[in-house]
Amino acid sequence: MTQNLSYVRAAMIDQQDPPLTQKGAVRWVRENLLSGWLNILLTVLSIAAIWYVTSHLLHWFLNAVWNAGSLTECREVLSVLHQVGDNSGACWGVIRDRWTQLLFGSYPPAFYWRSILAMILLVVALMPVLFRDKVSGKLYYFSAFYPFLMPWLLWGGSFWVPLLAVAGFGVGYVALRLLTPVGGAVLGVVGAIVAALVWWIVAMTPINDALHRAVANMRIEGARDALIATQDGLAPRIAQIEADRDAVTAQVAVAVAAKNAIYAPLATEQFRRSVGPVLDEVAALFDGLGATSTQADLAAAYVGAHRLLLDFAPARAPEGMGPLLEQIKTTVRVRVTEDNLADAQEAVAEIGALVAQARGLTAANAMSDADLATGQAAFLGAMRELTALRETQTRIGAELFRMTEERRGATTLLRNIDQRAANIAAHPGLLAAAEEARAALPESVALLTSADDLPEGLAPADVAQLRDALRAEAALASNEGATFSIYYEVGRVGLQPVPSASFGGFQLSLIIGVAGIAMSLPLGILLALGRQSNLLIINKVSVGFIEIIRGVPLIVWLLTAQFLLNYFLPPGTEFDLVLRVIIMVTLFASAYIAEVVRGGLAALPRGQYEAADALGLDYWKSMQLIVLPQALKISIPGIVNTFIGLFKDTTLVLFIGLFDPLGLSNTIRATTEWNGIYWELFIFIGVLFFIFCFSMGRYSLFLERKLQRENR
Amino acid sequence: MSDAATDRAIDRSQMTVSDEVAIQITAMNKWYGTFHVLRDINLTVYRGERIVICGPSGSGKSTLIRCINRLEEHQAGQIIVDGTELSSDLKNIDKIRSEVGMCFQHFNLFPHLTILENCTLAPIWVRKTPKKEAEEIAMHFLRKVKIPEQADKYPGQLSGGQQQRVAIARSLCMKPRIMLFDEPTSALDPEMIKEVLDTMIELAEEGMTMLCVTHEMGFAQAVANRVIFMDQGQIVEQNEPREFFNNPQSDRTKLFLSQILGH
Repeated sequence: MTQNLSYVRAAMIDQQDPPLTQKGAVRWVRENLLSGWLNILLTVLSIAAIWYVTSHLLHWFLNAVWNAGSLTECREVLSVLHQVGDNSGACWGVIRDRWTQLLFGSYPPAFYWRSILAMILLVVALMPVLFRDKVSGKLYYFSAFYPFLMPWLLWGGSFWVPLLAVAGFGVGYVALRLLTPVGGAVLGVVGAIVAALVWWIVAMTPINDALHRAVANMRIEGARDALIATQDGLAPRIAQIEADRDAVTAQVAVAVAAKNAIYAPLATEQFRRSVGPVLDEVAALFDGLGATSTQADLAAAYVGAHRLLLDFAPARAPEGMGPLLEQIKTTVRVRVTEDNLADAQEAVAEIGALVAQARGLTAANAMSDADLATGQAAFLGAMRELTALRETQTRIGAELFRMTEERRGATTLLRNIDQRAANIAAHPGLLAAAEEARAALPESVALLTSADDLPEGLAPADVAQLRDALRAEAALASNEGATFSIYYEVGRVGLQPVPSASFGGFQLSLIIGVAGIAMSLPLGILLALGRQSNLLIINKVSVGFIEIIRGVPLIVWLLTAQFLLNYFLPPGTEFDLVLRVIIMVTLFASAYIAEVVRGGLAALPRGQYEAADALGLDYWKSMQLIVLPQALKISIPGIVNTFIGLFKDTTLVLFIGLFDPLGLSNTIRATTEWNGIYWELFIFIGVLFFIFCFSMGRYSLFLERKLQRENR
Repeated sequence: MSDAATDRAIDRSQMTVSDEVAIQITAMNKWYGTFHVLRDINLTVYRGERIVICGPSGSGKSTLIRCINRLEEHQAGQIIVDGTELSSDLKNIDKIRSEVGMCFQHFNLFPHLTILENCTLAPIWVRKTPKKEAEEIAMHFLRKVKIPEQADKYPGQLSGGQQQRVAIARSLCMKPRIMLFDEPTSALDPEMIKEVLDTMIELAEEGMTMLCVTHEMGFAQAVANRVIFMDQGQIVEQNEPREFFNNPQSDRTKLFLSQILGH
């Protein structure tokens, strides 16, 4: 046999598709889900677990009730829609009822637009920061101004307050330009910081007061008439709205009665329909039992019947059946623990008779399926109507509240103006009188501020003198106070102020979170640079700050902000609680940011610092241009991680009496309507936070990938 | 040893050493902690000189040239660069650094900036050159190192030799009067060494004052007017290249040369 080893291909083979099992979805499934016996097992188990969880949750989610004004009503709707004993379903009615509260806290509804505008402008201000290359660089100016605009929009006040705050930077800049030629860069920077702080802390308040005073003096002539006009104009509108409110309240009462009238027969019918089969089952349990049955058989039947009937509350039973059912349940319950065999055997017949009787009742007065469906539709319609009416009621209530508040403000201001005028008229020489009375006093008591502190044995004339002086001074002081509040009201050019106590809900979380994020990044970077510094004092201060802030729980710092911070500040400075919380959260997050950035700085090769030095860049320029851009890029995941943590930690303010969404969920549960509701509120709050945190995470990924692409 | 640097005729017309002193180092000592790394260094560099510093690793040659632009601080003695004494005065240091260019073994380009931005950064921020003008200067020097077409790429996209040439261009954009090279070819593949050495030779041909730590003895022979041999932190021997290579005086130099030229 000869072998032919020579071969020549006659035709080339074209490219062909791979086998079906090696491409597309089939291949993906094989490789990722079914690659080995362990993988198959895990896939099956995972799918089973996911199915188990979602099937239960989905049922709850899909059986959602949106039209309900209280948990009780919500349960009524669920009971009409489902079988007895199956009350599971989400009561989103609570969100529909309270979503504004969860979002805005007790911020006045009339000013929601300010909050929403602040949110929109926040997005605009963030655009140039987040998407540097996609939007115009001119927007940066707006971004820089936004931190001053936002507090003004939210807290209100005169429009010049944010401008005065911005002017602080101008003052600092001027100081920098003036001092640097004289005393070098260090003096320039320190001088600029000091000048800006002096402006903000010392100079701004008097200037602000003076502006209010000036505007008020111009306006005070016409103010009184305007206030009276406001009062007069409001009176008929308030009366009108009060009438509207009463009408709607009556309508709501009617709607509730109508709803209840529809509900009762439906509930009864549902009960009848579900109790029938159960009674059959009970009857079947006792079928064949009797005088010859054993103790064990009887016990099994009684226990089974007891379980079956447990869910049926006689309250909703059709007429005549309630007592009967109660009797059956009692008999069964008693017999469950029966140890006299004869008695137990005897009771079988008794129960049989009762069940048969009840079964007879279930057949009577039955509603047809069509009637039931009509009834259910009518009930849902009634609930929808009722909810709509309640929303109108809420809206009218808010409007009424706004108007009465406005009238109250006008009345108070008018009274203050009149009071002040009266004071001035009644005490022309008030200041002189007070000084004169003081001067007449013996030197030893001349400075006392309370008549109670007078030493015994003082001449009655002197006591009277002091009383006079005190009275005159008190009148002066109250005059001064009235003047102050008048100037602030009349002299304000801008937005109605909203006190911090009204802030709450997700808005508060956002304010604290955004402010904390915006301020903690630069502070954290400075701390990280400080920790790397060769200058001993700066280094040790940074390390100490970071370690102390990191080493103590945030909640402790928040409690410090609430209770202790005022002790460390100059007496008389009253710091807003929200502001104090923002400061604490900022400091806390900045310590973490500092450590994250330090990691980024450490990851940078020494050569980068050396190359920057060798080119003659000074410290700040080399940091700004060479070191930080690279170190921050490395640190992005850690920084965003810290931001997300910070944002979620804002919920801790609930412990110091601020109403974040979680705090409000407690408030909502404390009302009679929604007492006992948990999941829906927590899910809503969770989703709100998730949206923001997830967005931050996605943005960080986007940024990382973008920077990765740009400089490989 | 690479002969890369010697394969073309070198134009020596501009390679003149003047009497003007560029760098004056007197009795300079430096310690790393308690380790005496540089011992009694005395060195005068005249303008236009091309000095190659060689020696075994750990002999202090890198430290010496890093002292000249104060990437390392000396503890005793005096260093005068371009008439300015190096002291802890930050202003003097920044001034000297902007006059003295430096190339590193690992290039140390800024990876987050394009080639062009790498080159314009210092002129714009240190010299306050207008951006447009800085870019023109940068393109001029990028053409000179023969990679103008890479201007918009990032350093990570370039080969090692190209990166080192960009690093040289980056230094040149500051119009330095002195260039320091710290083992510029040690981290490169053999075929890339030549392109970098060619660039350095061109620089020498234009009369730049250069101090170069390198083991490229071919380069030393072709371009240097002085070779310095260092060991244990001291200058052991210095001479003009021909004498240095053909007739080394000290035993330590002989041993060193036999080791690097021997194979």
